[in-house]
Amino acid sequence: MSRLLVSPSPHIHAKESTASLMRDVVIALIPAVLVSVVFYGWKELLVLAVSVLSCLVLEYVITRYMMKKENNTLCDFSAAVTGILLALNLPYTTPWWVVFIGAAVAIGVGKMTFGGLGQNVFNPALVGRVFLLVSYPTYMTHWEAPQSLFGVDAVSGPTPLGIIKEGLLQGNTVPQLMADNGLNYGQMLFASVGGSAGEISAIALLIGFVYLLVKKVIRPHITLSIWATVAVVSLIFWLCAPDRFTDPLFNLLTGGMILGSCFMATDYVTSPMSVKGGIIFGIGIGFITMMIRYFGSYPEGMSFAILIMNATVPLLNMWFHQKKYGRA
Amino acid sequence: MTRTFSMGGVHPSDSKISRGCAIEVLPTPPTVYIQLSQHIGAPAKPLVAVGDSVKVGQPIAEPGGFVSAYIHSSVSGKVKSIAPRKDLAGNNQMCIEITVEGDEWMEGIDTSDTLITDIIDDNKAILDKIRLGGVVGLGGATFPTHVKLSPPPGKKCEMLIINGCECEPYLTSDFRTLLEKGEQVVVGTAIIKQVLGVDKATIGIEDNKPEAIAHINEVLASLRKVSPKFEGIEVMSLMKKYPEGGEKQLIDAVMGRQVASGGLPIDVGAVVQNVATALAVYDAVQKNKPIIDNSVTVTGECFPRQANLLVRVGTPLSYIVDYLGGMPADAAKVISGGPMMGRAIANMDAATLKGTSALLFLTEKQTRREPEGPCIRCGKCAQACPMGLEPFLLNRLARAGKVEELEDNAVQDCIECGCCLYSCPAHIPLLDIIRPAKGQVIGLIRARKAAQAAK
Ligand code: SF4
Ligand code: SF4
Repeated sequence: MSRLLVSPSPHIHAKESTASLMRDVVIALIPAVLVSVVFYGWKELLVLAVSVLSCLVLEYVITRYMMKKENNTLCDFSAAVTGILLALNLPYTTPWWVVFIGAAVAIGVGKMTFGGLGQNVFNPALVGRVFLLVSYPTYMTHWEAPQSLFGVDAVSGPTPLGIIKEGLLQGNTVPQLMADNGLNYGQMLFASVGGSAGEISAIALLIGFVYLLVKKVIRPHITLSIWATVAVVSLIFWLCAPDRFTDPLFNLLTGGMILGSCFMATDYVTSPMSVKGGIIFGIGIGFITMMIRYFGSYPEGMSFAILIMNATVPLLNMWFHQKKYGRA
Repeated sequence: MTRTFSMGGVHPSDSKISRGCAIEVLPTPPTVYIQLSQHIGAPAKPLVAVGDSVKVGQPIAEPGGFVSAYIHSSVSGKVKSIAPRKDLAGNNQMCIEITVEGDEWMEGIDTSDTLITDIIDDNKAILDKIRLGGVVGLGGATFPTHVKLSPPPGKKCEMLIINGCECEPYLTSDFRTLLEKGEQVVVGTAIIKQVLGVDKATIGIEDNKPEAIAHINEVLASLRKVSPKFEGIEVMSLMKKYPEGGEKQLIDAVMGRQVASGGLPIDVGAVVQNVATALAVYDAVQKNKPIIDNSVTVTGECFPRQANLLVRVGTPLSYIVDYLGGMPADAAKVISGGPMMGRAIANMDAATLKGTSALLFLTEKQTRREPEGPCIRCGKCAQACPMGLEPFLLNRLARAGKVEELEDNAVQDCIECGCCLYSCPAHIPLLDIIRPAKGQVIGLIRARKAAQAAK
């Protein structure tokens, strides 16, 4: 008789692995990727390809040759997720070399300087995006009429949030700006205009989000607390001064709100472990986003808000723990 | 919503492939090896000498302390040796070796199938029979039952819970017992209930065993007509979720109460006994039959024949395996018990114990552990922990040797259910790391208590 394997219990393991969870995130992003490619055409495809490939190559090179790890994390899809998220956070017009710099910052600075997967404090894709936003503002806010793959007529122009911010500075009112620029919610929900690729269709992103919930990859508490906070804060301001402040629905559907709240704020590594911590994290993101949108100099605040709250995660993890059995 | 415990838990695939196999009697082996330490507490002391003739059911070892138990011969024959022998894990244990001759039972043991529903009123006599019958908890802990049924003064039992969850994948012996010996289990339950002096007893069964739930309900309905002693016993259907049958989880599910850290079930008014124990109580009290056999599930996708066997205590494992068609070539691991908490067997020549509930055969593929990756802070281990602990944190603290922080984060509450390790997508061997840390912290707590008592 062959020798029997003797090891401690448990003797079986769930099917989920890091790779399968990350693969599910990639799958969840497919609808948004498809919609953005259909609307923005081959240029968007190029941004996506450059971003994902750069992330994968950089991840491999850094883990293999600089960190000298045998077991590199290339096959776990985490770099691919970062690549897709970064691409969806950029305008389709971004030149390939700017995309590459973004990817290099995301993986090199955002992820690897902290020690790689699981160690990073900030969401790598957002680190890359914000770096580009600050360093190459022209490319990040430059818009061209999109050439759609299937000839769908897409309108060129700044993002809805940008239109409002600009318009308000020139002394216009919100309702007037919405009407003048043809901004409506149906458009934002299904296929919006302007902005980064990931802002294009809230529905496509929400389909992916539901997929992640159904597959139990993530829990909804962070996303829901962001939405609730954004809704409440904007409702208060909008009710007080509808001319100066945008309404809740507008704020929920624009400026990467869906992409950020569903896919970036819910990143395992950079969000709190406990539900209580996660809810506070979400409230913080929602609040900071609205403060930046209403009073800051950037039209949208999601990226900054998430990064700021990322920094509080170690504290939130220290303060908030889940309830233990038989203890107060 | 079916009831269940309030936090954590996992849903491994059921894999109860032997659920259709009725309990069959395994032929008596030529030799049995009966271990002197089959229970929690002091090992028993032999009452026989080499060369003695023994009968089935004859006490061959007496309790070696207050928390200890009688051990009986499971066969008739001659004591061949009393010597150390390797147990399941490969450690030496004192065993009484008996060569089987015929099948002669002790006088006074009722071997018929007749159901006896009359329960005597003398609780002291009942407890004595349970003690003399060598009954121990068969749900895993093998704690002497008569001790558990004598709550310390000042503690009042409010609810007897009979654990029929069998929440571990693959195991079906309790399920078959409920189906085939439901009457005996219910009578056993009524006996325990009477001894404890409680009004209420709940038989908790997971809802993946609807046949068992229906059958026990029928049995209860007919027995209630026989005697008022069967009033107050109820079946509760519980959600299929591991570890529903964990003592603390079951109390939470059935009563909505949680046992404080370091406390006992009786502190919240609960006593938990397992289905097989209730049957053993019935046998000991109504039939004068001590524990000489128990049902064992033999299963695994790679195993040639699935079975639930009635096995004499002390039967060599290899004898069971040969009876069912031999060791499959692709079996890499044999487990005594279920896949979540069972123990890997190192030695197939070892013999069964009273508490042996299953032999599970897994292939290399089924039991493979993938290489460990970095923690991705997904929190799945904490979501899975039925004690509400944070295994990722305990893992980190244990590796850093931070004993005080481990205690602050309640590592001592870990019930070693394995949910964390089972769930971790990064394949971090969480429980492997937490287990020794828990031992260390419990040792510290004990030492501190001892030092305080000495003052
Ligand atoms: S083994 Fe311990 S730490 Fe892990 S899930 Fe079970 S109780 Fe929690
Ligand atoms: S399940 Fe594993 S990877 Fe996830 S937080 Fe726990 S230890 Fe880390």
